Amino acid sequence: MTTMTDSPVGTPTESFRLSMLLNDTRYRSLTFQFIALVAIIAFMAFVGGNLVRNLAEAGLNISYQFLYEPAGYDINQRPIEYDSQSSHGRAAIVGLLNTLIVAFLACITATVFGVVAGVLRLSNNWIVAKLMSFYVEIFRNVPVLIWILIIFSIMINALPGPREFRGDTPTASMSFFDTVAFTNRGVFAPAPQFNNSFAATAESGATSGTMDWLLVIAALLLSFFVARAIGTWASKTQESTGNRPTTWYLTLATWVVPVGLVLMFLGLTWNVPELRGFNFSGGMQVRGSLIALWFALAIYTGAFIAENVRAGILAISKGQTEAAGALGLRPNRIMSLVVLPQALRVIIPPLISQYLNITKNSSLAIAVGYMDVTGTLGGITLLQTGRAIETILLLMLFYLTVSLLISAVMNVFNNRMKLKER
Amino acid sequence: MAEKTVSFVRHDQIPPSPPPASETGPLKWARENLFSGWVNTILTVLAIYFIARFVFFAFPWFWNGVWDAGSIKECRDILTAAGKSTGACFAVLVDRWDHLLFGFKYPATEYWRPTVAFILLLVAAAPALFYKYIPSKFLLFTALYPFIAFWLVWGGSLWVPVTILAAIIATGLVFRLVEGLDFNLRRVLAGVVGLVSALGLAYLLYQGATELWFISNSIGTGGIFTVIVSLLFKAASVFMFVFFIPMGIFVGYAIYDDAEGGGLVTIVTTLFALYAMLAFALGPVSTFINNIIPIELLAVPSRDMGGYMLSLILGAVCVSLSIPLGILLALGRQSTMPLIKGVCVVFIEFIRGVPLITLLFVANVMLAYFMPPQSNFDLILRVIIMITMFSAAYIAEVIRGGLAALPKGQYEAADSLGLNYTQATRLIILPQALKISIPGIVNVAVGLFKDTTLVSVISMFDIVGMIRGPIQQSTDWISIYWEVYLFAALVFFIVCYSISQYSQWLERELRTDHR
Repeated sequence: MTTMTDSPVGTPTESFRLSMLLNDTRYRSLTFQFIALVAIIAFMAFVGGNLVRNLAEAGLNISYQFLYEPAGYDINQRPIEYDSQSSHGRAAIVGLLNTLIVAFLACITATVFGVVAGVLRLSNNWIVAKLMSFYVEIFRNVPVLIWILIIFSIMINALPGPREFRGDTPTASMSFFDTVAFTNRGVFAPAPQFNNSFAATAESGATSGTMDWLLVIAALLLSFFVARAIGTWASKTQESTGNRPTTWYLTLATWVVPVGLVLMFLGLTWNVPELRGFNFSGGMQVRGSLIALWFALAIYTGAFIAENVRAGILAISKGQTEAAGALGLRPNRIMSLVVLPQALRVIIPPLISQYLNITKNSSLAIAVGYMDVTGTLGGITLLQTGRAIETILLLMLFYLTVSLLISAVMNVFNNRMKLKER
Repeated sequence: MAEKTVSFVRHDQIPPSPPPASETGPLKWARENLFSGWVNTILTVLAIYFIARFVFFAFPWFWNGVWDAGSIKECRDILTAAGKSTGACFAVLVDRWDHLLFGFKYPATEYWRPTVAFILLLVAAAPALFYKYIPSKFLLFTALYPFIAFWLVWGGSLWVPVTILAAIIATGLVFRLVEGLDFNLRRVLAGVVGLVSALGLAYLLYQGATELWFISNSIGTGGIFTVIVSLLFKAASVFMFVFFIPMGIFVGYAIYDDAEGGGLVTIVTTLFALYAMLAFALGPVSTFINNIIPIELLAVPSRDMGGYMLSLILGAVCVSLSIPLGILLALGRQSTMPLIKGVCVVFIEFIRGVPLITLLFVANVMLAYFMPPQSNFDLILRVIIMITMFSAAYIAEVIRGGLAALPKGQYEAADSLGLNYTQATRLIILPQALKISIPGIVNVAVGLFKDTTLVSVISMFDIVGMIRGPIQQSTDWISIYWEVYLFAALVFFIVCYSISQYSQWLERELRTDHR
């Protein structure tokens, strides 16, 4: 502390002393920030200097040229066209799409598991509630990596190999009326194909291409908007007349008819997998690694979502339920009109951060050989090119972008759902 | 006395008759809890069906388990000989018990050391966990525990941790000594310390400035982006060149000027003393004492750690390091100084945005590029740094929630009592904020402990790495999975479930509001 001996109390112009930069609250925060700035720059100098020297010693430089060079490795799950002659950059994009595929599937499945378990855990059925508590506690308290490996081991060890389906007395048989085969090489399921596909050439016969699917999606979108219009019309009629017209058959027709017409026009057939030689061919193959990752992430995160759902429902005070009951609403209407809309406000923010966790945890794909972006860019590309810094930075950038996007969505949602307090 | 008109009057109450059988006991309970409606009845039947199927499937497998066999083939032969169609090979757990717990490189004669360290961990944690019920003097053992555990697990000379401990105690003594110095001596000391720090700092900053210039020149002129980066480094370098002398003078003068009463002299002197002791005295002193009184354990290098022990080491070290770091980050994020706040926000959001695996990749292949060329950090230390940073960011967010939940009145009341920032934070804000944050911190700690399994991906042999590597790929136990993975799941479940139960208990214990 500076003493006041030099300048008598009351003089407005106190002479500036250097120590005031430290002890006077008016300047102290500036001083601290200046020191912090210098420290940061010094840290960057240290790290950057080391980096430059180490790179020079190893004869490396920072360059992203490798992204355009042929990758030379194969990826077993390809959402877009890719072969070993494609570039490292394309391999990274394939991996990225694979990440998004497994994350998307796992998010949906986890939500289903979580909501079912969360609601059932509050059920007054003792045995079901206990069963769900078991599920939640067991899956929450064991690392997700162990679950992924357990399910993957079951997939490759406990399921029959394709050749066990062969012969006159096969030891294994296909499920679902001989259409789906669960094997240790993955699940073979029928794939939709179109006789009048846009992608069909003279010799290839039935196939399916991007255009066909775009057409199907367009039909679904059309149905969505029409169905919404029907709903709005029904609500308007209800408001003006008091009676809500019965619309379920209209809505059903809206959803079924356009898609049905499009599929008929395209000539939908199913390509059922068949045993040829030592493996199944035809249909679509969902690999064991994808199933293990998908199912493990879903069941693990589902346990967390169940807790969020339970907390959300418990957060709605009993008075709300009772008040709704006093107004004469029946239990399922109370749930859908009073409790759930309020509970969703509590449930959705943690739900979205669980989706974020799924996306980040999907990087564990590398443990079961699923070729996600960590497996292609951060795995084989890194090993082949030796460009550790570039690949890891790109990898981080990708995950960072996804998480920032998801948090942006969350913020928009929070602002919309915020209680309007007066 | 009135005439008797009624033939019978009851004078005592009839004892209540028992309720009907369907309204009491287990029957009523079952009817209310299991069969209260047709939906519930279906659910109950389904649940019982699933439980029964599970039990009929899993119980014989468990009951027929073979505990004594040398390989998976032998184990299956035993099962076939006994005529069992299903059965577990728990023999792998017996056979590879040491590997699962300690990894395959830790010397077998020394297994008692991590075991003792683990038991002592429970003893040391107890006074902190149950501070209300255990006298606080036992916390002394908790404070000593890191040194004991370090010596037990890593081995080497006992005198190394003892000397470090002595250095820390000596630093405390130096602090007391300087604080109590008489005014003139203090002024002299402040002069000396100020001069030394001015010269040292100026030298360091000068080095930094030349380093920045060097970086700027070696970036080259490849494209517009590299040119911009290069210019930025040049600007930083010029900034440092301009300020290295004024900064040195300023800091030196501030220390000198502070001699009258401030704590700056004391703190800087103490730091100098600590640095001097650790850098110059530690090695010679511990070697010297060890030559006279040799007390040594077999030294085990970090790369030989493995098994479940590795997870416990990583979990305990990273949790205890990341809580203080997380508190600092949270306070920094709440700070009114834009630069400090910005740095904290960027750090937290960056770490929270990327998966732990990418950070472990950084530890594995990238961190070495950022260290001085000759330095030789071992992998376990790099992993500890990255995991600590990772969980610190999450803990910071939890604590920020706690800080934000405090009513503004608490901050204002602390200010009005005349407390400065440190006092207010330490005495008023943090105790309340941390109390609110306990469940969140425990969640992060449990998550962190589970995430330690990820180190198996960067070829460290924790329990999952041991299973996937040396056990499943050995000829004896090739592709065995249920038994080993269930064991791994079980050991994690025990620890994580106990921690979460403890946190719920602590929450009830700390509840000071009205019930």
